[in-house]
Amino acid sequence: MGSTITEKILAAHSGRDSVKPGELINAEIDVIMCHDVTTTPAIDMLAEKGLSKVAYPERVVVMPDHFVPNKDIQSAEMVAKIRRWAKEQGIEQFYELGRHGVCHALLPEQGHVRPGTTIICGDSHTSTHGALGAFSTGVGSTDLAATLVTGELWFKVPETILFRLTGKLGKGVYSKDVILEIIRRIGVDGALYKTMEFTGELIDDLSVEARMTICNMAIEAGGKSGIINPDQKTIDYVKARTDEPFELLYSDPDAEYSQIIDIDVSELEPIVAFPHLPSNGKPVSQVGEILIDQAYLGSCTNGRIEDLRVAAEIMKNKKVAKNTRMIVVPATTDIWKQANKEGLLDIFMDAGATVSSPTCGACLGGHMGILAAGERCISSTNRNFVGRMGSPKSEVYLGSPATVAASAIEGKIADPRKYL
Amino acid sequence: MTGKAHCYKRDHINTDEIIPARYLNMDKESDLAKHAMEDIDADFLNKVKDGDIIVAGEDFGCGSSREHAVWALRGAGIRAVVADTFARIFYRNCINNGFLAIECKHINDKVDSGDELTIDIENGIIINSSKNEQYKFLAIPGFAREIIDAGGLLNHIAGKVK
Ligand code: SF4
Repeated sequence: MGSTITEKILAAHSGRDSVKPGELINAEIDVIMCHDVTTTPAIDMLAEKGLSKVAYPERVVVMPDHFVPNKDIQSAEMVAKIRRWAKEQGIEQFYELGRHGVCHALLPEQGHVRPGTTIICGDSHTSTHGALGAFSTGVGSTDLAATLVTGELWFKVPETILFRLTGKLGKGVYSKDVILEIIRRIGVDGALYKTMEFTGELIDDLSVEARMTICNMAIEAGGKSGIINPDQKTIDYVKARTDEPFELLYSDPDAEYSQIIDIDVSELEPIVAFPHLPSNGKPVSQVGEILIDQAYLGSCTNGRIEDLRVAAEIMKNKKVAKNTRMIVVPATTDIWKQANKEGLLDIFMDAGATVSSPTCGACLGGHMGILAAGERCISSTNRNFVGRMGSPKSEVYLGSPATVAASAIEGKIADPRKYL
Repeated sequence: MTGKAHCYKRDHINTDEIIPARYLNMDKESDLAKHAMEDIDADFLNKVKDGDIIVAGEDFGCGSSREHAVWALRGAGIRAVVADTFARIFYRNCINNGFLAIECKHINDKVDSGDELTIDIENGIIINSSKNEQYKFLAIPGFAREIIDAGGLLNHIAGKVK
């Protein structure tokens, strides 16, 4: 019997010929990504235990993103501590302000993600990098600390659910709508402890960036990771960014899946996830009249250049509605520069939106766009829990960048298809 | 261990509810504890006594990877969470901190706030002395037990890397 891509990567990293779901393994970790929020406690707990030596500094990539540019004194102290630590440990891959970005957008963009590798970060959306055929999963600070000093981490080999996605997306419908639809169908714990593997004609058609949006939100269905078998697009994307070698692994045709789910996306409409769960999706035609105070375009889910292009196309020569404000946050410095070069930032600002420096910012209710009690936001982010973007009495609706842009123009949740 | 139950008759209690992101610029248990559960239960800190137990439904701890969620609860005096099921990263974080997370099917329907629970890890049972009932739970896997008994993952690996 064959193996899934996830099983093959985990076997190769734990010195075994093969592994089976349920087995406990220690896997060698190729890339350890560190951001500001979860790394600081990891550094402290290592120091407390006298385990301060990072085993493989060359595998560590540090990218403060949540509260940068520093939101307050406490955040400044956190980043200062990480900066000192990286220096002490001889960690050279440090993305300082000015080269910074949201970690899950920056890591693949800068060539740190390669097919067949293992990646961890103290962040739940680490599932993003499976879009390039890597095993990539979010962990807590203690896991992060242990990996920093040993170079390996324990895992239970997950079962895999295979999503076979067929059909072509209609105009104005994007990979964000696909993943919101999947989460609507299986629920926020529909893939608990499992890997979500995505395949089929739809995946073949999608760009690498659009695939990242899908894997990014695997965690919103409870998944341990999301993964897509590499193809020529993956190889081209990676080779354009790194000379490091990589091994292409693929799921066998006779691999065993715990479940296979077939979805035809041909008839799919744009989806909007209502508060307070990502699984509360509704087709945009059934949304009704929902006035919004804020439209937010950014994050590791949908703050990439393609997302900004789609939104700008819709907003060109239009204005953000009265009584509504819009915040655009290109996810990385390079995306910001590219959007500037293409005139996208002008389009947003001419429409009355504001554009910020790359940051996680308001996505997690950190800073730069917090919601007041009673306010509503349509957001291209991934999570709409109570209080996620500010007051526990505010509401977050999730949609694609196109839906966010159309809604900003109308001041209420709107169908982007009429603008395309 | 024995403690009083605090029940949240709900599924999907997420990490933003356990400790809101606006407090992630701190990481001391005592600081985080002041804000534990504040968005769903403003009175939480006043109600909880050292040694108490949280009981909830499915998918407890879903959402972010913030270990701050475990620290906030522990800082507030909570010694264990018993739920129908847990979200994966939260569960890992509990084990890695030597903090008890116990999966016990249908516990959410059976226990009420204020019930006195005793968790017997060796035998895999929870005794509800207020209701005179017992519930069986799935034994904690051996590997996880080793980490918990060592007092957390870092203690567990300390020997290997020193
Ligand atoms: S953009 Fe939002 S979801 Fe992504 S890493 Fe930052 S806070 Fe998390």
